[in-house]
Amino acid sequence: MKIMVAVKQVAALDEDFKIRADGRDVVDEYLIRDLNEWDDFSLEEAVKIKEATGDPVEVIAVTVGPEDADDSLRKCLAKGADRALRVWDDLIEGSDPIAIARILAAVARREAPDMLFAGVQSSDHSFAATGIATAAFLDWPHAAVVSLLNYVPGAKTATLRRELEGGLLHEVEVCCPAVLTIQLGINTPRYASLRSIKQAAAKAIESLSLSDLKLSAADVGEAGSRSRVRRMYVPDKGRAELIEGDVGVQAKRLAEIIKEYKGQAA
Amino acid sequence: MSTILVIAEQRRQELRPISLELLGAAQSIRQPGDEVVVAVLAKSPDRFVPALSLAGVDEIVTVGTEAEEFDPEIFESAVTALMAARRPTIVLVGHSVDSFGYAAALAARQNCGFGSDVFRVDRIDGEMVATRGGYGQKVCVEVDFPGRDTVLLAIRANVFKPPDGSTNPKVSAFAAPATVSRSTAKEFIELAAGDDVDMTAAEFILTVGRGIGEEAKIPEFRALADAIGATLGCSRPIADAGWLPKSRQVGQSGKTASACKLYIAMGVSGAIQHLAGMKHVSTIVAVNSDAEASIFGVAKYGIVGDVFEIAEELRRHF
Repeated sequence: MKIMVAVKQVAALDEDFKIRADGRDVVDEYLIRDLNEWDDFSLEEAVKIKEATGDPVEVIAVTVGPEDADDSLRKCLAKGADRALRVWDDLIEGSDPIAIARILAAVARREAPDMLFAGVQSSDHSFAATGIATAAFLDWPHAAVVSLLNYVPGAKTATLRRELEGGLLHEVEVCCPAVLTIQLGINTPRYASLRSIKQAAAKAIESLSLSDLKLSAADVGEAGSRSRVRRMYVPDKGRAELIEGDVGVQAKRLAEIIKEYKGQAA
Repeated sequence: MSTILVIAEQRRQELRPISLELLGAAQSIRQPGDEVVVAVLAKSPDRFVPALSLAGVDEIVTVGTEAEEFDPEIFESAVTALMAARRPTIVLVGHSVDSFGYAAALAARQNCGFGSDVFRVDRIDGEMVATRGGYGQKVCVEVDFPGRDTVLLAIRANVFKPPDGSTNPKVSAFAAPATVSRSTAKEFIELAAGDDVDMTAAEFILTVGRGIGEEAKIPEFRALADAIGATLGCSRPIADAGWLPKSRQVGQSGKTASACKLYIAMGVSGAIQHLAGMKHVSTIVAVNSDAEASIFGVAKYGIVGDVFEIAEELRRHF
């Protein structure tokens, strides 16, 4: 049995950064890469299920990204994934979540997992779309924002709770195989041990091309996307009035604000 | 003439606030000659007609569905049928948990443009341009949809205002195609309260976020909150880690600081989900070591500095 976990190597901005000359993204050297926070939880969920199952379960971490995304896949291997697979081709550059989902669906067709997890969203661009779009391309049942899951690999259904707004949960039973997008807090992701990090470093990462997946240039990049980035810009800094000075001065002013609110003389 | 189709959201027999905000968004997008059609999907959708009869709504379409509550497959097939029947140029849904469950699937299967978490919509040289956040909301990203006849936009909550005033729109019924869903909705569960604090009623809140670094720091901030007379709240990572009960979490999936007048955020970066629960507060003070943190974008006062040093100094004044 097999659980596929779709992961993303996200990018955060360095303290200082520059927008690219074409105005459509940030200059690459100012981006700090890491495994998406949500994916840490979906991987953990898959590994937990594997450990709780008597029959062998294979956990496969899959990403779409250039070679440096291997760092995130190695993190997944160190935390319990059995295999890691990366899809890339320069044509994929500029893909939106729909195009990425088409690629992930093609991987799922090839790997035929019993269940597919993805994070609810990514911390960089927060689309909250890739996992559920993948389900559509596979025509699999799906549920978004799962904060509790009862699933035994091989079972025909899984029971889960969707985390709704305002602290409300909605229990749903879904037929399997399914695509579930996993919410933060569903579990406590483990830390990788030094030993497992070393082992992961030695493991091979499988790579697939578009032709391996029977996809063409029209399926990916801007051609295969449903939106196109036109411009990226830094918004106005907001309206916060900065309280300057040393710590003592800052804390004194904050105390005044509190006392003004409470109607006391500062 | 083109049609803007709005998909209203309801849960447990109540319209969700985003439904009315979407009508406000439709108003801001519409051009002369456009019509705004709002569809509501429910087992007995007629009950929602009065609440949706707001200024600028030309037609309400009631869509009777098998399921009482949200089901991703039933919603997707009903909206697909509506899109085929009405040929809208723009479809607006909320960027909400229910929409997370089907909007991207709809976009994937329909040949339409798609943008999520959109907080601004413009037409520039006749082309629709949607603006969303990027890199943890530190930049704005304008996206367009070249060559698409229909664009599906998932609109961020708490951005657009509901239209003022009511109207008497045309009301029509639409038969949703029969759909056998592969999901079965069970029950709603209210998250058990961790303690008896009611964040929605608190008028003065001191919130701690990931910036406090470790659980051992919690007592220090609890003591500070007590000293200054604030209710201690937290952002998601603190509740997920179990350092404070979930009932103290402010944000989209936690509580909204509805009654709050003074909100001090210490070590909270300001993820959009957190802002959803507090950005309306009239006086927000943000203390963060990262001058670029998004929390400064909604704060009235900002202190760039070490939260522990500020906390310790502040304590001296009370």
